[in-house]
Amino acid sequence: MDSIHDLTAAYALDALDADDAATYEAHLGQCEQCRAALAELSDTAASLAWAVDSPAPPARLRESILSQAAAERSNVVPLPQRRSAAYRATAAFAAVAACVAVALGAWGATRGGGNGCSAGWHCSALADGRGLVAVDQTGQGVIVVNELPKAPSGKTYEAWIIPKGGAARPAGLFPGGGGTTLVKLAQTVPRGATIAATVEHAGGTQAPTGTPVFTAQA
Amino acid sequence: MALLARSEQSALAEIYDRYGRIAYGLALRVLRDEALAEDAVQEGFLAVWRNAARFVPERGKASTWILTLVHRRAVDIVRREERRRADTLENAPEPGGGDVHEDAWLRLQRERVQEALKQLPDQQREALELAYYGGFSQSELAERLGQPIGTIKSRMFTGLARLRELLGEPGLEMSWTPSTT
Repeated sequence: MDSIHDLTAAYALDALDADDAATYEAHLGQCEQCRAALAELSDTAASLAWAVDSPAPPARLRESILSQAAAERSNVVPLPQRRSAAYRATAAFAAVAACVAVALGAWGATRGGGNGCSAGWHCSALADGRGLVAVDQTGQGVIVVNELPKAPSGKTYEAWIIPKGGAARPAGLFPGGGGTTLVKLAQTVPRGATIAATVEHAGGTQAPTGTPVFTAQA
Repeated sequence: MALLARSEQSALAEIYDRYGRIAYGLALRVLRDEALAEDAVQEGFLAVWRNAARFVPERGKASTWILTLVHRRAVDIVRREERRRADTLENAPEPGGGDVHEDAWLRLQRERVQEALKQLPDQQREALELAYYGGFSQSELAERLGQPIGTIKSRMFTGLARLRELLGEPGLEMSWTPSTT
């Protein structure tokens, strides 16, 4: 236990001194294995928060946080200009990360049509409020869905782009399952198109056969 | 712009309503002082607000990210104030009042994690509790427990890994059932 990798658990527990933490963070940028391990151990460390009593905080705390946040208005940040090696963010994922509604968990906060995107991107809530579709100026798009169950055995989800007045175009297959499903659409999204997904036989089809699992207006 | 602001703010409000209480309980546990715990929660949630664009959903759960930010603030404060406490979970105060449904849910989660903690070997549990709730660094723990730092690292790593197995998947976030919508 004497390599820098072994600092992962201590870092997850916030048990490093400032110097060690800085060293570890620098290492983290170059070590995919450590990032994966840290993601897991951080989840477990955070679960320790649930083991202690949680009395209700005073109501003023909520008001104070919300009013301070409103005063700052600094959460609308520009997209990172350079790709972060640390997170290997593709443009699409960066777009998603830039969508505040997604960043804050995408559990329906965008319902009502609020656009929580950074400049240059447009986000639309899925009709059922479980996620959203983000489309950039060039029509590159990505779907984010929370808690989409895994497609049944022998089946797949298929994404569709349905241009106004046009036929549905297949836009990619995805399995679902896990906490947050991200789907990069395989074709560009025309303005005003509808994005949808259906359950199809494994391998997908050229035209949707099932009822949409979700839809959104791009 | 007004719509934009409202939508983001309601997202933050929703986050707070979901995790504010657990975050406050955690900060209170680390800091043992209501005013300081409020500071830690406020700073943590404002860090969420300021850094929302840096959160990459495929890399982790939102709850982990939020609690990590609040915990880090609490640890910073406890180290600065030298207020850290080392008593064990059993000495913690009884929970206060609150929404009945939420209380039941939180109690269920609390029992689940406490049960898993109890199954850890004493030395591993002690290392996790002193680090996470006490805010002690690994070098402080080594000194306090009279052990080489490698032993402390090893206890923390093995303890966390074992706890992860005991808790199993999916994580706590997945089993959340909102009490209001």
